[in-house]
Amino acid sequence: MSVDSMYQEIILDHYKNPHHKGLREPYDAQVHHLNPTCGDEITLRVSLDGENVADVSYDSEGCSISQASASVLTDLVIGRSVAHGQAAYDAFVELMQSKGQLEPDEDVLEDAVAFAGVSKYPARVKCALLAWMAWRDAVLQAAADVSGSAS
Amino acid sequence: MTLDPAAKLAIDIARIRKDFPILDREVRPGVPLVYLDSAATSQKPAQVLDAMRDYYERHNANVHRGIHTLAEEATAIYEGARAKVATFVNASSPSEIVFTKNSSEALNLLAHVLPFGPGDDVVVTEMEHHSNLVPWQLATQRTGATLKWIGLTDDGRLDLDDLDRVITERTKVVSFVHQSNLLGTINPVDAMVAKARSVGARVVLDCSQSVPHMGVDVQALGVDAIAFTGHKMLGPTGIGVLWAPLARLEEWPPFLGGGEMIDEVTMAGSTWAVPPHKYEAGTPPIAEAAGLGAAVDYLTDVGMDAVRVHEHELTAYALEQLQSIEGLRIIGPPTAEMRGGAISFALGDLHPHDVGQLLDEHGIAVRVGHHCARPACLRYGVPATTRASVHLYSSTEDIDALVEGLRQVKVFFGA
Repeated sequence: MSVDSMYQEIILDHYKNPHHKGLREPYDAQVHHLNPTCGDEITLRVSLDGENVADVSYDSEGCSISQASASVLTDLVIGRSVAHGQAAYDAFVELMQSKGQLEPDEDVLEDAVAFAGVSKYPARVKCALLAWMAWRDAVLQAAADVSGSAS
Repeated sequence: MTLDPAAKLAIDIARIRKDFPILDREVRPGVPLVYLDSAATSQKPAQVLDAMRDYYERHNANVHRGIHTLAEEATAIYEGARAKVATFVNASSPSEIVFTKNSSEALNLLAHVLPFGPGDDVVVTEMEHHSNLVPWQLATQRTGATLKWIGLTDDGRLDLDDLDRVITERTKVVSFVHQSNLLGTINPVDAMVAKARSVGARVVLDCSQSVPHMGVDVQALGVDAIAFTGHKMLGPTGIGVLWAPLARLEEWPPFLGGGEMIDEVTMAGSTWAVPPHKYEAGTPPIAEAAGLGAAVDYLTDVGMDAVRVHEHELTAYALEQLQSIEGLRIIGPPTAEMRGGAISFALGDLHPHDVGQLLDEHGIAVRVGHHCARPACLRYGVPATTRASVHLYSSTEDIDALVEGLRQVKVFFGA
């Protein structure tokens, strides 16, 4: 097991040049998630346009894995359907729980396949999942608000 | 603190390292362990492991009950460990030593039994480990008292200018850490005790990081209680220590109820055993006491002045070497004066998780995170730190490996 399997080039690229970072208006829900063991934090906003994700913006502090994971997540979900984002979430969580035993589906996960190596390091799985947990929380709140205000 | 200059000669590092089997292992093939996480838990010498194994193989029985030979032997081992600990911290009597599960339990006990209520203040500091903060948060919320705290200076010391503002006639308890697990700072006990005494407050000292690394004399400290834990002082996990003067242990109410802590029990009520048994409900950690007794013997043989001198020199060396790395910032006192060997730092903008992961690749074990002292991390504007910490078996070679490892971390991340 080498640390290079975790720190893939794709991950280091996203870490050094994160995509879609920064908090933007408008948004339908905002959440703040914290990893209490290491102090990693993320504030994440979701803006919906009907069944589609209009924008995901975020402000975060944390390790390369958590930062790159947030960046990859936004690439996967912005401008696509909420259902697509949920499928990506399910696939990513399954990959993180795989302990390195799963061959990820690049069609679903795109750059996020680079995180396969992280799943071999139990202490770092939470880092990779931080933004994804925030995303799921925010999108559920946003969907509830949107359907609530429509009825 | 005065040190015997000759004490330095007493540490024969090569001989000491032979007593710690784990220091010989490789983390991965060809990658030897460099253990710099002793503030989290210390490694254990063979003498401690042997004492615990011998207890289970030859003497295992419950204590303070039964009159068979094994029960007598087990009781002698358990009470013998209590006497060793009492001598180690210069308590007046073994009866002043209460065995708990760990420091946290000892501090929770104190937060439960010390008297305070509405209108009273309990004072802690901003550098407390969560174990000396959260119990007081809970206790003040439960009783209607108010929790206050003393702030920190930029170089990692208690802000003593805060003393007169924070400690007042309303203060009933002042509880603070002797040596910070995050910053390494050794706090000025005399100044704190004098101020607390001037307003009639009780004083609790968290000695989790001091008793393992320096001679601690409870009678010289002048405090009302101290807490420390076995596993940071070469002993096993699962056993901690509360010390308080016998008069206090007699005066305070019980904490946990159950077997062993009672005198007479009826369905209507009970009376309490004399201290320390009053605070030791249930079957205690007997094998762990055997191990802790052996750890105390080991530290006594080496000599706590020798331990302190060795770690002081190692700390000075580590601080100097670490600060030669460009972009490295020490979180805490930058020199070894009034400081122990837990050294937190930030390496540029790199996150401690990334630093710790890469160091592990070189077999170097450090702690990363907020070290159960999140308020102090917030005070210094960092979400987490990387912390290297030493014990009597640590060597300059360990520090050199860390510094080289950190240089390679910087190269890896292009920092």
